[in-house]
Amino acid sequence: MEFYLVQALNGLASASSLFLVASGLSIIFGVTRIVNFAHGSFYMLGAYIAYTLVQVLPPGAAGYWAAVLGAALAVGLIGAAVELLLLRRIYRAPELFQLLATFGLVLVVADLVLMIWGPEDLLGPRAPGLRGSVMILGEPFPTYELFMIALGPLVLGGLWVLFHRTRWGTLVRAATEDREMVGALGVNEAWLFTSVFVLGSFLAGLGGAVQLPREAVNHTMDLHIIAEVFVVVVVGGMGSILGAFLAAVLISELNAFGILIFPEITLVLVFLIMAAVLIFRPWGLLGRPEGPPRAPAGEHEPPLRLLGRGFLYFCLAVLAAAAVLPHLLPTYYIRIACEVLISALFAASLGFMMTVGGMASFGHAAYFGLGAYGAALAVTYAQVGTGLGLAAALGLGLAGAVLFGYFCVRLSGVYSAMLTLAFAQIVYAVLFQWYGITGGDNGLLGIWPSDWVSSPLAYYYLTLAVVAVSLFLLRRLAFAPFGYSLRAGRDSALRSEAIGIHVRRVRWVGFVIAGFFAAAAGGLFAFLKGSVFPDYSSIPVSVDSLVMVLLGGVQTLSGPIVGAGVYKVLEVFVNRYTEHWQLILGCVLVGLVILFPQGILGYLVGRFGRSGEEWRGVDGAPAGGRAA
Amino acid sequence: MLALQDVHTHYGLAHILSGVSMEVHRGEVVALLGRNGAGKTTTLKTVMGLVTPTSGAVRLGDEEITGRPPYRIARAGVGYVPEDRRIFTELTVRENLEVGRQPPREGCPVWTEDQVFELFPALAEMRDRLGGQMSGGEQQMLTIARTLMGNPAVILLDEPSEGLAPVIVEQMARAISELKREGLTVLLSEQNLPFCSAVSDRAYIIEKGVIRYEGPMHELLARPRVLEQYLSV
Ligand SMILES: Nc1ncnc2c1ncn2[C@@H]1O[C@H](COP(=O)(O)OP(=O)(O)OP(=O)(O)O)[C@@H](O)[C@H]1O
Ligand SMILES: [Mg+2]
Repeated sequence: MEFYLVQALNGLASASSLFLVASGLSIIFGVTRIVNFAHGSFYMLGAYIAYTLVQVLPPGAAGYWAAVLGAALAVGLIGAAVELLLLRRIYRAPELFQLLATFGLVLVVADLVLMIWGPEDLLGPRAPGLRGSVMILGEPFPTYELFMIALGPLVLGGLWVLFHRTRWGTLVRAATEDREMVGALGVNEAWLFTSVFVLGSFLAGLGGAVQLPREAVNHTMDLHIIAEVFVVVVVGGMGSILGAFLAAVLISELNAFGILIFPEITLVLVFLIMAAVLIFRPWGLLGRPEGPPRAPAGEHEPPLRLLGRGFLYFCLAVLAAAAVLPHLLPTYYIRIACEVLISALFAASLGFMMTVGGMASFGHAAYFGLGAYGAALAVTYAQVGTGLGLAAALGLGLAGAVLFGYFCVRLSGVYSAMLTLAFAQIVYAVLFQWYGITGGDNGLLGIWPSDWVSSPLAYYYLTLAVVAVSLFLLRRLAFAPFGYSLRAGRDSALRSEAIGIHVRRVRWVGFVIAGFFAAAAGGLFAFLKGSVFPDYSSIPVSVDSLVMVLLGGVQTLSGPIVGAGVYKVLEVFVNRYTEHWQLILGCVLVGLVILFPQGILGYLVGRFGRSGEEWRGVDGAPAGGRAA
Repeated sequence: MLALQDVHTHYGLAHILSGVSMEVHRGEVVALLGRNGAGKTTTLKTVMGLVTPTSGAVRLGDEEITGRPPYRIARAGVGYVPEDRRIFTELTVRENLEVGRQPPREGCPVWTEDQVFELFPALAEMRDRLGGQMSGGEQQMLTIARTLMGNPAVILLDEPSEGLAPVIVEQMARAISELKREGLTVLLSEQNLPFCSAVSDRAYIIEKGVIRYEGPMHELLARPRVLEQYLSV
């Protein structure tokens, strides 16, 4: 009995720290409508800065707490800089690009943290005055955890007073509802936004700083917390602070007790709870439904065009070139060429769901990883060959996409994006934690292709064949009646329902198709590398796929393929000269979003007015195409 | 006091206002009349900076306010009462008023919470009610009261009589006359001619983004042909 009580108290202490971070994210979203993916990075910065300040400031209670507060303030200031320099420029950009820009920030911060503090875990001191423990029902309980338990409700109360008893809070709540009107009443919304962002960042920084006595500071804190925080705000309801609190308690308690029952994969329990909440309350416990996304006046996607014979010949020429290519390359480059092909398929699968389905995924690596592990598990435990291994890849990817897609398509916009990311993190965690089956972070090794495709050249041709057929199928699907239904659902869900399209089901199928082909890419990748690791489904891999799609432009079907080529080749070369690929990529992302919100191909087409490959000509006439 | 000079406004490629010029003098109530889609709301939004004109100028007193962000135009003394009211539904009546509150401005009538409650006694009885739980008429009063809390010099009223019961429309007319007595300048966009004629000194008629008529209200009333042609009255 006593044991359970202590376990419950542990859960509450964790809930407080989760709540601090989640409330910040929720507040920022409420007003600016931006989901700040870098929020976890702010949390991590809070922990690192507190660690450093504790070393620098005089020892003792005053110095310690000054360090904690100082770290939170410093993160608040960093938040101000980010808002002023980056977010202000992109408030009007499409949602997806906003998310991507903050994603870029995650990469930049992650690399900077490594540069400044190094890769080792840093162990901070315990808090002066709260070092001991108290007896609770005969069990010792750390005093610091009691402090944490109190901190959550204290911050919750403080925020309530701030939002309901001050003019600033009233203005913020008004701006949450109708920013423009607040401006028309004489309030400088720009500064209101900045101040909100500072408050949210401050809370994240504080959440990180108070972790110091609880866990070692390390450079994976950012992505670890952000997935949990997303789950908390999705379950609690975006924008609801009380909801975030309740969800934080719910999830932390679940973790605290789940670890007793199912120690290896507690995240599965979290997933089940999230699933249950979302089925019954799609907008979270205390959230409110979002209105339909406001499409900017006078803008609409140019329709995809079925392409003419010219494009067919072009494709055949590319295919022929790809078939001859390996004979001109040294072996090392054949493997790179395989990687490029696999990336193209991976990007095209995501591009399919984004372009045709209008659904963004921030966790597409989930299906890539599932594909890779499907193949690897089949090879390891059933000793199957490459053919069956690839089939297993498709099977596992399909299963994952069916399950996760069911939930993701019920939500829209940022909710859906956050959910895809959370699912990918869950896949990652399962692969990472389920040591007995997946080998944890050691991965599974010796996943080599069967004899008939064991030479690099043979494997290249297998890859080329699978990728070419997949790309062809994706294209056919986009122009099949199913593709039209999917596009109709993307453009107007209401009107599509009215003409009898079951939008949610169509989207689900679209989601599953995308996951299926991502899994194919993952399976090919497993055999190419001969090994699989949990990293295959990590956030950076998801980002890679998104960047490839956005690089090529979301409005075209073959953009992602071009994007993948450019991106992969760049990566290979940049990696040769520097270790800071992440930093560079992050900066490039932020820069791209600010400069070319349409993607490169989209930009070129818009800029030079050429009716591009899949673009409707300016006059609306198909440019040399053949009607369906 | 408030002047528009050859203002052109576009939404994307659509040319909505084509050279609108008008003037509102201090202490006047001026009506901007026109059918649905004539460009009344667009004119008011252009003044408020909610849409930026492609060319032309908007002046408040001696200051040019074209192209400024809405909050600066509001602080310069322009009060905006939107057509769809845009009450903050999650805020109480008093909190809604608080959002509108601005420091007193020289030369403009000063409004306090008590004074706006005096102007709209119905609101005084529901100070702590949420904006979302009010009737259309009550919301219309609140949106005007909220704008008054900013102590504006000029107030832009977009169809305040739209969708309201005749009794409430009468109350609105009384309130506008009261505002005029207090020294406020009012630009009133309307389709409801009887309502307008009771409160306005002068009138403009807009059609397809072009001003077609300008003159004292009583003169307009004496021209049935103009009324019929532009307002189908
Ligand atoms: N956001 C927008 N994008 C494109 N066109 C718009 C937009 N808002 C208004 N319009 C068009 O501009 C024209 C003028 O609209 P406006 O709202 O100014 O008319 P109005 O005179 O206020 O009409 P009403 O009496 O119906 O309120 C209309 O043809 C309308 O369709
Ligand atoms: Mg109007």
